[in-house]
Amino acid sequence: MVDYSGTPLVELRDISIAFGGVQAVDRVSLDLYPGEVVGLLGHNGAGKSTLIKCLSGAYTRDSGEILIDGQPADIRSPADARHHNIETIYQTLALADNLDAPANLFLGRELTTKLGLVDDARMESETRKIMARLNPNFRKINEPVSALSGGQRQSVAIARAVYFNARILIMDEPTAALGVHETKMVADLIEELKSQGLGIFLISHDTREMMDLCDRVSVMKNGQLIGTERVEDVTEDDILSMIILGKNPRAAA
Amino acid sequence: MTDATSAPKAAPQRKGLAALEVDTRLLGMIGAFVLICLAFHFASDGRFITPRNLFNLTIQTASVAIMATGMVFVIVMRHIDLSVGSVLATCSAVMAMMQTAVVPEWFGLGLDHPAIAPLAILAGLVTGALIGAFHGWLIGYLAIPAFIVTLGGLLIWRNVAWYLTSGQTIGPLNETFQLFGGINGTLGETWSWIVGALAAAAAVWSLISARRNKISHEMPVKPLWAEAALALVVVAGILGFVALLNAYTVPWRVLEREFAARGAVMPEGYSEGYGLPISVVLVIAVAIVMTVIARRTRFGRYIFATGGNPDAAELSGIDTRMLTVKVFALLGVLCALAAVVASARLTNHSNDIGILDELRVIAAAVIGGTALKGGIGTIYGAIIGALIMQSLQSGMAMVGVDAPLQNIVVGSVLVFAVFVDILYRKRTGARD
Repeated sequence: MVDYSGTPLVELRDISIAFGGVQAVDRVSLDLYPGEVVGLLGHNGAGKSTLIKCLSGAYTRDSGEILIDGQPADIRSPADARHHNIETIYQTLALADNLDAPANLFLGRELTTKLGLVDDARMESETRKIMARLNPNFRKINEPVSALSGGQRQSVAIARAVYFNARILIMDEPTAALGVHETKMVADLIEELKSQGLGIFLISHDTREMMDLCDRVSVMKNGQLIGTERVEDVTEDDILSMIILGKNPRAAA
Repeated sequence: MTDATSAPKAAPQRKGLAALEVDTRLLGMIGAFVLICLAFHFASDGRFITPRNLFNLTIQTASVAIMATGMVFVIVMRHIDLSVGSVLATCSAVMAMMQTAVVPEWFGLGLDHPAIAPLAILAGLVTGALIGAFHGWLIGYLAIPAFIVTLGGLLIWRNVAWYLTSGQTIGPLNETFQLFGGINGTLGETWSWIVGALAAAAAVWSLISARRNKISHEMPVKPLWAEAALALVVVAGILGFVALLNAYTVPWRVLEREFAARGAVMPEGYSEGYGLPISVVLVIAVAIVMTVIARRTRFGRYIFATGGNPDAAELSGIDTRMLTVKVFALLGVLCALAAVVASARLTNHSNDIGILDELRVIAAAVIGGTALKGGIGTIYGAIIGALIMQSLQSGMAMVGVDAPLQNIVVGSVLVFAVFVDILYRKRTGARD
């Protein structure tokens, strides 16, 4: 069970961000504890991805605070986020199609030789090691990732997040493009990472999947947080009505 | 996350030619070059494949080849640079004025001071770097499309060069400076062999160390015979190239004059080969450095990553705006180097230096397999592309093809080469 007594791993306090005149995220507060999976649900355009990009450094929030381990963290770029051991698996996977798996896995954090040149051999051998763990059937180490299938590409993106000892993992629709078998492997991986004490933010449209994988779910609509509930306390219908009506039935009751 | 198509299967042992793992694209381009040479050789009654003509071909290609290596990076990053010919002209003008006015008169060092050539070249390189960095800043930080920035640059720098020299032809240039031009600066036979031997040794050493590195990480390597065959071909290629350039002998009248100047008499039957031109050594050095940058440095890795997927590069923490500035600055420096070679070859700076070079440089990169959609390109490809362009041009001139027809052919070849490249990519892509 998740221990809620200590300091949260991540606290988002009153995060707001606007694009032009549109308030994409409006004073949203969330927290995440070690070993916990928090699901973010909502319609397309509800602000889930935007909120999470404020944490991953892809966007800079207009106002609000981010606390990591109770300490304020000034995250303004993807590099800042990585510095705080925050890793993100984007919906688009964010892979450079023309490069091979090792180059993508280490992109921005290449292993180098003593002369400061990139050490392709060492990166390739490290890639083989982590792939042996995540996806034992992965063979196309030296081919551009454009030659890989959806599931293989996904495993490269996941390997990139896992390799660097993330403490906070953000997964934006990690199973959207996957078949049944691959989806099961992602679910197993989430369980494994959870047991290692990572905190995971999970974004998905699949309510059933979220009920299975998450400890708590937060629902957003029109940039605002409708509510955060423990999955044991709500039914799938409760969550659906939060998504669709934008009302928390438990709060109303 | 498994996948049906990649079900476990033993990696097939490669046999025969496939074991060499040679780049088929590289073979194709070399094949095309050889074919062009042979065709002109027969059409010109055996005048094309001669030491003299091939010597001239290499020194004529040098300036475009140097710029083409930088253009590869720019195109790989999904940009374009239309201003290289004009930037070359401005750098050349700056260097010409340094040699004839600034250092001799303003600094009062006179026309023959040994510091003239180094100072002039330094000024040219700085000029190129600043112009390139400025273009890169406009493109990266102000988000003005590269096409527009460098189209403006095409007009601006051509005429800045004009202003700097008041439209005059400046020459003759400093004698030390002229060494970079080609025929006026060669290594001679002995030094050419030494450089060739060193290059061959370096090539073999790099093959061996790459193999060792792979073995140390328990990765599959080619069979030893394939590795040895590859090394043999490379060494033979390098030494053959040196032998060819050494076979082009200095005319006996020139030698006689040199002996006479030293107060000696030329022995009967004495001959001397030109050997490697310094400009060609420069091209090779640039090619090696640029290849190392492309394949073995983070800078190069980021250029290719940004070209493949700019969003992914940014999300990986790469500062793509600064990268744009650096890439254009690098091309600016290469334009300045090309300006050294081009003006030294002509022994003066003239207003029309580098005119239409932007098109030759882009064509060389594209014929060499650089994809305009970004992410793909090689340095050696661009250099072979430049060689192919130049051999077509001088071959047709030698055979006596009319000038308008020459450009029609070169233009058609460019379009056709890109079409062949698309076919090649489709076929190899389908196999993956």
